[in-house]
Amino acid sequence: MGETKKISLSVNGKTYEEEVEVRFHLADFLRQQLGLTGTHLGCEHGVCGACTILLNGRSVRSCLLLAVQADGQEITTIEGIAPSEDEMHPLQEAFRDNHGLQCGFCTPGMLTTLIEFLGDNPDPTEREVREAISGNLCRCTGYQGIVAAALDAAQRLREAKGA
Amino acid sequence: MSGWKVFGSRVKRLEDPALLTGQGRFVDDIILPEMLHAAFVRSPHGHAKITEIDVEQARSMDGVHAVYTLNDFRPHLANERLVVGLPSPAYKQELDRPTLADGEVVYVGEPVAIVVADTRYIAEDAAAIVIVDYDILPAVADCRAALEDGSPLAHSTSPHNILAQFDMGYGEVDAVFESAPHVYSESMWQHRGGSHSIECRGAVSFYDPTEDLLTLYSATQAAHTAKNVLIDMLGLNENQIRVIIPDVGGGFGPKLVFYQEDVSVVLAAKLLGRPVKWTEDRREHFISTTQERDQFWEVEIAVDDDGKILGIRGSMIHDHGAYTARGINLAFNSALIVSLPYDVPCYYMDVVLAVTNKVPVTPVRGAGHPQGIFVMERLLDRAARELGIDRPEIRRRNLIPTEQLPFTKGLKTRGDAPIVLDSGDYLACMEDALERVDFGGFPARQKKALEEGRYIGVGIANYVKGTGRGPFETVTVRIGPSGKIMVYSGAAAMGQSTHTMLTQIVAEYLGGDMSNVEVVTGDSSVVPMGIGGSASRQTVTAGSSALLAAQEVRDKALKIAAHMLEASEEDLEIEGSEIRVKGVPDLKVGLGQVAHAVAGTPGYALPGGIEPGMEATKNFMIDDLTFVNGTAAVEVEVDPETGKVSFVKYVIVHDCGTVVNPMIVDGQVIGGTAHGIGNALFEWMGYDESAQPITTNFAEYLLVSAPEMPHIELGHMESPTPLNPLGVKGVGECGVVPAPAAIISAVENALSPFGVHIDQVPLRPPEIVEKIQRAKALAS
Repeated sequence: MGETKKISLSVNGKTYEEEVEVRFHLADFLRQQLGLTGTHLGCEHGVCGACTILLNGRSVRSCLLLAVQADGQEITTIEGIAPSEDEMHPLQEAFRDNHGLQCGFCTPGMLTTLIEFLGDNPDPTEREVREAISGNLCRCTGYQGIVAAALDAAQRLREAKGA
Repeated sequence: MSGWKVFGSRVKRLEDPALLTGQGRFVDDIILPEMLHAAFVRSPHGHAKITEIDVEQARSMDGVHAVYTLNDFRPHLANERLVVGLPSPAYKQELDRPTLADGEVVYVGEPVAIVVADTRYIAEDAAAIVIVDYDILPAVADCRAALEDGSPLAHSTSPHNILAQFDMGYGEVDAVFESAPHVYSESMWQHRGGSHSIECRGAVSFYDPTEDLLTLYSATQAAHTAKNVLIDMLGLNENQIRVIIPDVGGGFGPKLVFYQEDVSVVLAAKLLGRPVKWTEDRREHFISTTQERDQFWEVEIAVDDDGKILGIRGSMIHDHGAYTARGINLAFNSALIVSLPYDVPCYYMDVVLAVTNKVPVTPVRGAGHPQGIFVMERLLDRAARELGIDRPEIRRRNLIPTEQLPFTKGLKTRGDAPIVLDSGDYLACMEDALERVDFGGFPARQKKALEEGRYIGVGIANYVKGTGRGPFETVTVRIGPSGKIMVYSGAAAMGQSTHTMLTQIVAEYLGGDMSNVEVVTGDSSVVPMGIGGSASRQTVTAGSSALLAAQEVRDKALKIAAHMLEASEEDLEIEGSEIRVKGVPDLKVGLGQVAHAVAGTPGYALPGGIEPGMEATKNFMIDDLTFVNGTAAVEVEVDPETGKVSFVKYVIVHDCGTVVNPMIVDGQVIGGTAHGIGNALFEWMGYDESAQPITTNFAEYLLVSAPEMPHIELGHMESPTPLNPLGVKGVGECGVVPAPAAIISAVENALSPFGVHIDQVPLRPPEIVEKIQRAKALAS
């Protein structure tokens, strides 16, 4: 084992204190050390976006951050999006209803990216959604179901807020 | 269709909840106790002799458990080569991949050694200090150059660079061309790229000495193929190896192939007695996962004064790469498909597969069909232009009319079955697409745009594609005492909603409750045989077997229930997990109880003299391909300054027979279209003259992202095929097949004011600008 450092961070609301190799990137740490394998690695050079997570509420590529950089930070991964074990987030529901996923490998990054985006822009246009996910590659869907899901989720979230 | 409970409807996918909450289980998600991690030492050269491999320093590194080369593996291999090529009489030489490089490397990325260590990080560090001495040899990068006299040899031991040569055709081609009033010839370069599933390849293997069983989890499209190759290579029997496909993050063709890394990981796990994982990274995917690549076509079309096709002939050179990882099928598909949707009286194509020092070529979604369709549609556009006929009109005059279906072509499949176009209405499909893109109103739109200095164009392409390739896919439907309906199949799921599809079919006949059905696919231990996911085949093959098996189990369940309830079978219905007497809801028996009744009790006869077990296994046999068809119609705007192509409208009208789930079909067609748009405008896997790959990341090799992707307008026709009991045809590759042809037609049309002619895919922005400049220079 190479040089290690102790870090403390919150992931999906749970606090972890972990000894981590300083060269481990954040995605490897989340997947291998914490067992949170929902975050996926598609390219490990910051283009495909599959590994996108929320760091203090902002979407980041977990393949481009070292685990030690997350010391003291708050992280949300796909495992922490749903409000409870038997209830999905409106965005997750909308993905299912609009066939926003096929193989599901890019999905974690799509969801985290869109959660941030819909927080910033609750009533987006189709073009804005397409720009928002321009850093997330999907090889299965042609993006159409994803875009439809995002617009559908935006409406559900607006309605929930208004209610 | 009315009256169905779940079949044919837009039901939500069963796959989604796990995938949406991070609970999927992809191969890299598998973490086993004591698991080690592998990395590969790969050839940095397109062609070289290995003079020495020194692994000592790497082996002695802290955390490294083993470094294996072919010499280390040799005593444990019954067969050192991966013999996977599909049979064909056309081969001129056999080029099977060695487990690890055997004294000579023939492409950049070829695995030379495997390093196994405590972590992937250490394994990669150690791989970097394995010292391999190479004598660099001349490499062959261009498949045309490979066939020239005096070309370097891609393999120093080969007599030449021809992998295979074949021709196909029918009719008196030479005579027809000699007397034809009009003959137009075209030279075309076509290129496709990698699959680039967002999940790369991966494998986890472990050996269980208690069971004497090797297990391989692999991100493959074909579990049974992998099992059979491992039996062959490792000298195992059928009980000693199990292959399981976990969730797969997209396949698109190359994951159908069995690779050197697969057998190396299995052997390493066996030798070390600990689980070993290897996960491909994206650079490895670029250089070591199979791809489609270059085809160079020289073709001619003969037509009469009315644009009626008299014949087509030509030749094609196909880049095969360095080894045979699948066969001649890709080039065969390309040559076979050219003339299919049209009434072409005579046809001849001569095909050579050239060996090059590049990663092997095998099918990527579409499998050679987009190329053949591109050839035909480009020839028709050319003839239309020369004869002054409207592009749709020349197609109307030549498309095979629906009244003539089934239509037997003068060509045969690779299995020597006649090509018979089974069902569809090609003309109606095209007319619908033309209407949706308002082809008739386009000249006015183009005139107006030109006045504003904008260049818009419209293009169309018709296609057919053979789907549902046989010979079978096994499905077992079994109900046990739990009452749960278990479905087992050799089919493989990699994102196409296979479990939902099979569940819809089975549930329809067994109570209509999809939550009572559980599907297991991609596990070599649950059914003895399987073919797997490729060639848009599984709804046709596995779907048909599932239907027949479900019907048989239903019949049996009703028979037993009739005996138990003392009622007539005709009076029974299956609702949810119960069989009940119609109109008497209290008179019922659970599926589990019925299964229990035929599970057997020692010394007691089964009720009604029925065979034991509530199960049926079916292998619906298929010889003939069923042909999907459709038309893509596209309007684009081209910026002549930057070469950027923007989509104004993209329409595809298609016919895949009976639809099991319209939502899934839409997703397949749209997703395939995205891949085709990438092939037309973005994706290019480049190599330099020394066969060094030069596009090995997602900045150099571009996939279509959401902003470039237009909204796809879909039109559906439904002409059930008579070839299977469901009437279904395959759909996985539909979108990709016509896309390059339609898009290039539209771009050429947009640039018609410059007189630009396009004979290639991909067509990237700099090439568009260059073509405009060249056309301008010619004109002045």
